[in-house]
Amino acid sequence: MIVPGATPLVEAHDLVKHFGDGKGLLTPRRPPVRAVDGVSLTIKRGETLGLVGESGSGKSTLGRLILRLIEPTSGSVTFDGHDIAALSKSSLTQLRKRMQLVFQDPFSSFNPRMTIAQVLTEPMVVHGMGDRASRVKRAKELLDLVGLPSFALERYPHQFSGGQAQRIGIARALATDPDLIVCDEAVSALDVSVQAQVLNLLKEVQRELGLSYLFIAHDLNVVRYISDRVCVMYLGKLAEVAHADDISERPRHPYSQALMASIPSPDAHHQLRTPLAGEIPSPRRPPSGCRFHPRCSQSIDGCDRDEPELLTIGGSGDARSVACHLFDPTSAR
Amino acid sequence: MSIAISGTARAAHRPRARSGLVRFTREQPLGAIALFLITLFVVVAVLAPWIAPYDPLAQDRVNILTAPGVGGHLAGTDELGRDVLSRSLYGARTSLLIAVATLALGGAIGLVVGVVSGYFGGTWIDSVLQRIMDALMAIPSIVLLLFVAALLGPSVRNTVIALSLLVIPSINRVARGEMLRIREEPYVEAARSVGCGTPRILIRYGLPNLMAPLFVMGSLLFAVILIAESALSFLGIGTPPPTPSWGRMLSEGRSQLEIAPWMTVVPGLILSVSVLAFNLLGDAMRDFLDPKQRR
Repeated sequence: MIVPGATPLVEAHDLVKHFGDGKGLLTPRRPPVRAVDGVSLTIKRGETLGLVGESGSGKSTLGRLILRLIEPTSGSVTFDGHDIAALSKSSLTQLRKRMQLVFQDPFSSFNPRMTIAQVLTEPMVVHGMGDRASRVKRAKELLDLVGLPSFALERYPHQFSGGQAQRIGIARALATDPDLIVCDEAVSALDVSVQAQVLNLLKEVQRELGLSYLFIAHDLNVVRYISDRVCVMYLGKLAEVAHADDISERPRHPYSQALMASIPSPDAHHQLRTPLAGEIPSPRRPPSGCRFHPRCSQSIDGCDRDEPELLTIGGSGDARSVACHLFDPTSAR
Repeated sequence: MSIAISGTARAAHRPRARSGLVRFTREQPLGAIALFLITLFVVVAVLAPWIAPYDPLAQDRVNILTAPGVGGHLAGTDELGRDVLSRSLYGARTSLLIAVATLALGGAIGLVVGVVSGYFGGTWIDSVLQRIMDALMAIPSIVLLLFVAALLGPSVRNTVIALSLLVIPSINRVARGEMLRIREEPYVEAARSVGCGTPRILIRYGLPNLMAPLFVMGSLLFAVILIAESALSFLGIGTPPPTPSWGRMLSEGRSQLEIAPWMTVVPGLILSVSVLAFNLLGDAMRDFLDPKQRR
C-alpha cells in the first residue's frame, strides 16, 4: 500500500552508535564498540524492510536507534517528518504510540506478574486511551485480530505456547494503532511451522492496517519471504540494499552472495558459491577499508585501504545500493 | 479473520494451584513450624492484656524473687515482685511493635533507595546513594546504634529510628541487586517502548518482581531487629523503663542470675525461640520461593 510521492515514514541518516567509550576513572581507555557505524535507510509507508546480518552486525541496535530506545552517538532519525532526536520527552511519548517493538523471546517481553488483559491494556493506559471498559473491549478485539480467544485475557504469559505468546506480543504492539512495528527476530525463537503462521499473521495484519515493518532477522529465508526490500548489514554498516527478489536471486555484494550461499538448498548451483568462512570480527576493532575484506573471496587491490561507499547501481528494473569496490566505477581497480 | 490457533491454550484446564500454605507446609515442614511459632508470638503479643495472669508493672513487695510455680507465679517474680511471665508476654508486644515499625520504616527507605539506585545503576544517582549506604554499613552496627540511641535519648520511637539505620542498607542491597537484574529484562524495554515513564516502570514492573527475595530478607532482618532491640534495652538505651522489654528484663536479671535465674531464662528463651523461628522461616521461604529448588 505504498502511496506514490508520499514522504517515507522513517528516514535514518548516518546513524552511529558507539558503546563504552571507556571514560571510566580507573579503567584504561578502550576503543568503543562500533555497533552501528553510519547507517542511512528509509522505510516507506506500508512497506516491510528486512534487515539481515550475522549476530553482532548491529541489527538490533539499529532497530532500537530508530525507535529511540537508545540514544544515537550521532546521526538523525525522522519519523513522519518529526526529527525524533530533537523531540521533547512528552512528544516522544506521544510518538511512542505510533512505533512499537516485537521481541525475539515473547515470554521475557511480558511482565510475569501481569495478566494478558493488563499486558494488552498497558499501552492504552499509558497513552490515556479510552476508559477501562473500552480498553478491555479493545484488548478482546486485538486478541481476535491475532487469532486468540478472549478467555486468554485472564491468563498469565507463561500459560501460553511460544507461538501464542508471540501473537500476544504482536497484539500488544498493535494496541495503540501504530504506523511502524520493529520486529526484532520476532520469529527466530519459534518452531518452523509456527514461524510460518506468525509471518502470515504479520502479513495479514499489514494488509488490513497498512502499517510498516522493520523486520530484523538472521534467517534470510524468513526475511525474503516477508520483506519488500532487504538491507544486508555487516559490522555496523549496510553492505547492500535491494528488493527482496533481487537480493535472493541476484545478490551483488560478496557478503550477500555468501549469505545466500549459506542457505541450505536443494538447488545445485547454490552449492558452487563460496560459503562464508570464519567469524565476524570484533566491532571494537573493525578491519580497515572494507570491513568485509578479510573474509571476502573476491577482494581486490584497495579493499583493505579504502572504505566503499553505499552507491546506487543498476537501472530502474534492478535498482539497488551496494557498498563494494567491485561495483564502484570510480574506485581504482 | 481466519487464523488457526496453534493448539489449544496449554493451560486451559489446569487445576487451580493448591493453596500456598498447604504446599508450604508440605515442602517446608520446619518453616511451617516456625510460621506457627511466629503466629503464636503475634497472637500472644496482641492478646497480652487478656492472657497475662498479672499486671506486668504491678509490684508485690511480699513476693519478690519467687521461684517459678510458687504463689501462682508460673515463671516466678523479679526483684520488685513483678510477674516474669506477664512481663515476658508484654515484652513480646514491645518487641513486635518495634520490629514491625522498624521494618516498615527502614524497609520503605531501603526499598526506595535500592530500586531507584538499581534502575539508574552506574549513573551518578546510583553512586551518590550507594556511597551513603556504604557509609552506613562501614560503621559497626552496635556503635551506630549506641550513637543514635544516645543522641536521641531512650524511647520506643528513637529505638525504631536507630534500628532502621541497620535495616536500610540491607534492604537497599537486595532491592538494588534485583532491580539491576530486572532493568535488563526485555519486559522493561517493552514497557519503555510502549511509552511507560520511569515511575510506572519502577512500580508496575520493578516492585512486583523483586518482592520475593525481600520477604526472605525481611524475615531474617526481623530476627536481627529483635536481637538488636534487646541489646539496646540491655544496655539501657532502648525501651525506657518501666515498659517491659526482653532486653531490659535480661539486663535486670543479670544481677540476680545466681539467685533467680528464671528472670533471665524465661525472656531469654522466648527471645531465642522467636529469633530462631524467624530465621527458619526466612530460610524456608527462600527455598520455597526459589523455582530452582522445586522438586
